[in-house]
Amino acid sequence: MKLELRGITKRFGALVANDHIDLTVQSGEIHALLGENGAGKSTLMNVLYGLYQAEEGEILLDDVVQKFAGPGDAMNAGIGMVHQHFMLIPVFTVAENVMLGHEQTTFGGRLDLEAARAKVREISARFGFHVDPDALVEGLPVGVQQRVEIIKALSRDAKVLVFDEPTAVLTPQETDELMVIMKQLRESGTSIVFITHKLREVREVADRITVIRLGKVVGEASPTATNTELASLMVGRAVELTVAKNPPVLGEPALVVRDLSVIDPQGQVVVNNVSFEVKSGEVLVIAGVQGNGQTELTEALLGLQPHVTGSIELDGKSLRNRSVRKILDAGVGFVPEDRTQDGVVAEFSIAENLMLDRSTSKPFVKAGNLQLNFLANFAREKVTEFDIRTQGIDSKAGRLSGGNQQKVVLARELSRDLRLFVAAQPTRGLDVGSIEFVHKRIIATRDSGLPVIVVSTELDEVVALADRIAVMYRGGIVGIVPADTPRDVLGLMMAGEPAPGTGEAA
Amino acid sequence: MSETTAEAEKAPVPATPSEPKDDQRWSQAMRDIVGGNAMISVLAVFLALVVGAVLIAFTDEQVQETAGYFFSRPGDMLGAVWQAVSGAYGALFQGSIYNFRRDGFLAGIKPLTDTLVYATPLIVAGLGVGLAFRVGMFNIGGRGQMLIAAAGAGWVGFALDLPPVLHLIVAVLVGIIGGAIWGGIVGLLKARTGAHEVIVTIMLNYVALYLISFLLRTPGALQAPGSNNPKTPAMKETAIFPDLLGPQYNLHAGFLTAIAATIFVWWLLNRSSLGFQFRAVGENPNAALVAGINVKNIYVYTMLIAGGLVGLAGVNQVLGTVTTGFSSGIDAGIGFDAITVALLGRSKPVGIFVAGVLFGAFKAGGFSMQAAEGIPIDIVLVVQSVIVLFIAAPPLVRAIFRLPTPGTAPRRQLPIVTKEVKAK
Repeated sequence: MKLELRGITKRFGALVANDHIDLTVQSGEIHALLGENGAGKSTLMNVLYGLYQAEEGEILLDDVVQKFAGPGDAMNAGIGMVHQHFMLIPVFTVAENVMLGHEQTTFGGRLDLEAARAKVREISARFGFHVDPDALVEGLPVGVQQRVEIIKALSRDAKVLVFDEPTAVLTPQETDELMVIMKQLRESGTSIVFITHKLREVREVADRITVIRLGKVVGEASPTATNTELASLMVGRAVELTVAKNPPVLGEPALVVRDLSVIDPQGQVVVNNVSFEVKSGEVLVIAGVQGNGQTELTEALLGLQPHVTGSIELDGKSLRNRSVRKILDAGVGFVPEDRTQDGVVAEFSIAENLMLDRSTSKPFVKAGNLQLNFLANFAREKVTEFDIRTQGIDSKAGRLSGGNQQKVVLARELSRDLRLFVAAQPTRGLDVGSIEFVHKRIIATRDSGLPVIVVSTELDEVVALADRIAVMYRGGIVGIVPADTPRDVLGLMMAGEPAPGTGEAA
Repeated sequence: MSETTAEAEKAPVPATPSEPKDDQRWSQAMRDIVGGNAMISVLAVFLALVVGAVLIAFTDEQVQETAGYFFSRPGDMLGAVWQAVSGAYGALFQGSIYNFRRDGFLAGIKPLTDTLVYATPLIVAGLGVGLAFRVGMFNIGGRGQMLIAAAGAGWVGFALDLPPVLHLIVAVLVGIIGGAIWGGIVGLLKARTGAHEVIVTIMLNYVALYLISFLLRTPGALQAPGSNNPKTPAMKETAIFPDLLGPQYNLHAGFLTAIAATIFVWWLLNRSSLGFQFRAVGENPNAALVAGINVKNIYVYTMLIAGGLVGLAGVNQVLGTVTTGFSSGIDAGIGFDAITVALLGRSKPVGIFVAGVLFGAFKAGGFSMQAAEGIPIDIVLVVQSVIVLFIAAPPLVRAIFRLPTPGTAPRRQLPIVTKEVKAK
């Protein structure tokens, strides 16, 4: 089915999220929609899926103008969507999830589960998915859950499939498998819109590429374009994809972690017997697919996990079983993984957020009183130094863009006297420009002689920042390898296979 | 916010940054005032008064009578409506602010001082509830905290013999400490065991009520000697709040404690390190935890201070308003009214002060409305409740007055908008 969007314009108040966007997806084509976070990709797809109504423009399927009042209309017209966050019910089986929303019934209103099972089997067989219709969704690996989403869309005879950032949660191997599936779907005549901001995937699988920036189509490219060309199209200027850095000046081991285990409140061992050390002046990147214990490991370092065994020593002093306050005072700077939840207080001003973790001591507090003049000067200084784009230091942090919020967090953490810097997923959800800034700051911190730990799930970032890479899988460290380890080896390690040759040592 | 970011990136060298910025700031300020919280509160009060007027009109006999021949002489009914409503609200005004029927300014202003007397416990208790709100806690335990505080302060007031000023100070302190302990128990249970403060405060209300009732029936405890009534002896002169404006007015020095408490809470929330942590925990406990703030301790401190403030309301009752001895009804529902006051005042100290005075006026004026016009005091309660209703539904108030929604877009779409803004 041929999909055509003509002059789609979507406004939110004064903001134009989509500005006369034209897009044509031919039948049996994988069309990549490339753009930074917030460029308007998701808005466009929500318009297509009937979640938003466009102010101007029209949607055509096989040259027939469509009117979608809601997702139901879009589905009936043959549009399916595979969301970034799966819309599945964990305690239902695959078949139940697939039939959810258009349940077939037999006599007396009983659910016709058998029909749903047959449908799942039929689609699985067609594409070689190997999905058991009676498996509970919560027990399935992420990659398989995604296939359930695809089956769900196909079971409604979707002729146009929209994949919204489908690779964000996948291992490199699962990503490769998804690419194969997408190609299969293309062979069977399905049109695919593939939303992403990862350049490599686009070049591998896309037939055509449309780049969106600031809500406008800024160009079309062929898959043969280089990464740099695509990136500069996306950002609108030349971007340094690699981080310029000198070889590390290594010092003594500053942070020494031995036999660290973390047990979560449900009694699960989420970090299992992990040992590593970080030297001053070194960046250790902890790589791995989301949810393999990295979060809990960093939380344990900061004293946020209640059940921790083993030892954590910074400059010879134990950090285990200390309060967060004491650990911060010992000089640990921390950029939390979930910025909006743990990093900033949205209702606080930028200035207040800048003093958030120094709310009890000098220089921000004297004799129980806030030093507002000092804070204002400090905040103004940091806003300039970290290039925080804001109306003023009294603006609420919640009104800042993600990149600027992250700059506030960085400014706060890096302006203390640090002995160790821990950044968990510091660039997640940021635009390319902010990523560049954050990376430069991290390397600058390393060059000032601090030990730095960065948690990242993006291979590009891992390779760009690391002096050494520790790969985590299911709570354990698969191996610690040098920064020049090939990507495919890292990918295998992220799936749990130890690196060939190097073994566990390092 | 979107405009600035866009501007900043479009023109990295700010050519004339001040002018558009000022412009935006003014329009933003205008938006905050019109669409913001204070305006909603004022409009909610106004709407509630309108609803009250409708009720007064409907229940008025004259109106009902004239309604029978509305279509032949509509003027009669409209006149009756006007008379009923203006009479009622006129009486409310005269009973709460200034009575024109009395001779001279000094006599005429007496209702206002009565209003302030009623307002005093509402303000301090409202501060206690509002403070807990700011830390994200719902303090429904006003009744229990007031009763314990009243019992403590009252006991010191009638049982001990101390020099004049000292006696009052000791009584006030004992009352505040009593309320603080009763509140602190809640904070402690929440922090250590995760018990929900709503359940705990409600249960502690009963514990306090029946504990005080028991003590009031026990000779040698709170019961007045030689009496069978569950009532305490009168307070000693040395422990009573002195009159502020002389004996012809009821206004006592307790009102000064309300002013002091308001200033204290303002300082605490806006200028102190502890208050900064309070607000951080209230807005985002996760971020507060990561920033090294001991969230559990903050819960305990909050409830200690909140309980102390509510306790001060109990103190005001026994040492200021009802000095002839008290029974277990001494809290007079203030613990619950305080929730309304805190809501109406948007949990901000000055707002609570103003809301407390307004509710004091309702109380003072409600009685004279009943006396002068025969309008049941329940109408005042309806008005109070409708205020809360409107405050709880800001979009409703905005829709009635066609006010702009703060933040331009409807709330649901807001996150998406901000996401898009990033690209700008």
